[in-house]
Amino acid sequence: MKTLRLAAAAALLAAAFHAPAAEQEPLKVGALLSVTGPASFLGAPEARTLEMLVEELNQKGGIDGRKIQLVVKDTAGDPAKAVSFAKQLMEEDKVFAIVGPATSGETLAVKPIAEEGKTLLLSCAAAEVIVNPVASHVFKVAPKDGYAAEMIFRRMKKMGIKRIGFLSSNTGFGKAGKDQVEKLAPGHGVEVAVSEVYDKAATDLTAEVTKLKAANVQAILNWSIEPAQAIVIKNARQIGLTIPIFQSHGFANIQYAKAAGAAAEGVMFPASRIVVADSLAEKHPQKAVVASYKKAYESRYKEDVSTFGGHAYDALMILVRAVKEAGPDREKVRVALEGTKGFVGTAGVFNLSAADHNGLALDAFEMLTVRDGKFAVLGE
Amino acid sequence: MQLELVLQYLVAGLTYGTIYAVVGVGFNIIYNTTGIINFAQGEFVMLGGMTAVTLHRFVPLPLAIAGAVAVTMAAGALVEATCIRWLEKPSVLRMIIITIGVSILIRELALVSWGESVRALPYFTGNEVSSLTLGGVHVSPQVLWSLATCVLIVVFLWFFFQHTSLGRQMRACAANRDAAALCGIATKNLVTLSFVLSAGIGALAGCVVSPITYTAYNIGTGLAIKGFTVAILGGLGSSMGAVGAGFLVGVLEAFSVSLMPAAYKDAISVAVLLAILFLRPSGLFGSGAAARLKTA
Repeated sequence: MKTLRLAAAAALLAAAFHAPAAEQEPLKVGALLSVTGPASFLGAPEARTLEMLVEELNQKGGIDGRKIQLVVKDTAGDPAKAVSFAKQLMEEDKVFAIVGPATSGETLAVKPIAEEGKTLLLSCAAAEVIVNPVASHVFKVAPKDGYAAEMIFRRMKKMGIKRIGFLSSNTGFGKAGKDQVEKLAPGHGVEVAVSEVYDKAATDLTAEVTKLKAANVQAILNWSIEPAQAIVIKNARQIGLTIPIFQSHGFANIQYAKAAGAAAEGVMFPASRIVVADSLAEKHPQKAVVASYKKAYESRYKEDVSTFGGHAYDALMILVRAVKEAGPDREKVRVALEGTKGFVGTAGVFNLSAADHNGLALDAFEMLTVRDGKFAVLGE
Repeated sequence: MQLELVLQYLVAGLTYGTIYAVVGVGFNIIYNTTGIINFAQGEFVMLGGMTAVTLHRFVPLPLAIAGAVAVTMAAGALVEATCIRWLEKPSVLRMIIITIGVSILIRELALVSWGESVRALPYFTGNEVSSLTLGGVHVSPQVLWSLATCVLIVVFLWFFFQHTSLGRQMRACAANRDAAALCGIATKNLVTLSFVLSAGIGALAGCVVSPITYTAYNIGTGLAIKGFTVAILGGLGSSMGAVGAGFLVGVLEAFSVSLMPAAYKDAISVAVLLAILFLRPSGLFGSGAAARLKTA
């Protein structure tokens, strides 16, 4: 019945192809996001950002007079659901491109399907394997986890830290981070004396930090996206550990700093500049973009911006730019995406190429710290 | 290992133990009157914590906690009145499936009303970094608060079930519902009361542990699994048993971290659970005869 109706609609459209341009069919953009479930703090701000941007764009007349229609599918963070929704978006909704998924696990599950169906996929997830090896239709806008580790180790070197204790959670994010940290540490003269993996639902980590205390490490590095990252720092301070604590870019959500309260003071972590939008210098190239997105998002949704919503911003705007440049032809847009140069987004300046479907450099990250309950640039 | 470190691991174990125990105790109350496991117990814990955080924006902490306990008790009564009460002679399996359904419903409602963000009540004394030092060992004051609450709950329950008429009626209802009804006990009301009571205790636990563990719409399941484990291990129906088993599991987990990779922590506690259930099917502190009576 549905296909019949679709066919009828298509026939009507075909009959009316002489109609003026204003009545053009909208450009369909799908979104596969974990709006609910354990990764909802990634997907929910991303979905909100897309809704806000599409509304704004359509008010301004869309892309060259053609409106954008957003089709959001809630994957609840489940790779199996992401796969079936991806097929639905491609086969039933016939979307032009897909923004998301929000998590690395889901993106890796959807990657072959997008590639096979020749549908453009702009992932908001971190893992480097999403774009390495390169798949012609798969792009990602979140900076690589390897760069985050690199930034942390550079800082440690500067501080003369040679022996660290490493904690990570048992998720895709934690595992990918663990691989990068263990691979990169020796190159910076850092010894990972203890490396422990904890459950993503951990409620107290006193025993784990006691083990780090016993190993006499000079600093703690934690890699997770769950509330456990706030619990780690509380427990470390409670047992009297005063050594420096580093976190991954997963810490770039102010609610974790708030949750850890006084214990969060002085924690160091790499993050994209959007979370310190207010303290960026006026002449910083990203200032205008992050300030306007932050203002629009926060006044509309009454909640703080996060890096994750910023990823959705980058993904949609890069796509819109490519469609404007190349017209609504998928292959031409794909080539235009690969040719994106100097695009200033919330995560940094994107310079994509046929070999690099991410386009961000190490400078996408800034080392931040927590000062008086707020994120601040760490500085020299 | 230095003595100081041994004691520090012991404190970690006690922290885990209290969290597990206060959740585990809640399971026992409903089991004691109805013979079923209420799988929405974890959601009561979540509801208590979340409501208290919201109320604390307007009223002082003690009032917020009292309010949260009252709200959650009302929710418990509502759950029983809408989902359990009208069932004629429900089978245990059916009631378990209903409670699982209720837990999903509460979780989704919490997601809609509070969103996905993580919250916590402030530390009752001190803050996130303060700790008491006892002979080289550091203890967060909140751990002591949880410990005290746990003891208070157990003492209250012991007194309630052993020395009050209402408590005895509830026990009679659990032993044999038909016989209790024949003796003039309003069994349906007692089942409602057991939901109210366990919701209240769950909510109190949720408030006290929230500064340590944080609370969010989806914490219920994780807490319920651990609480259920210790309730079984201690012997279903025995509050003291749940507390004892909670500390046992907590201390085991803490020391297993000191010797092995932390990733095996949960495997260790489940292995111990299985081993004990093979040797003592009615749990560490449960009585075999009582368990047989219930299933008969």
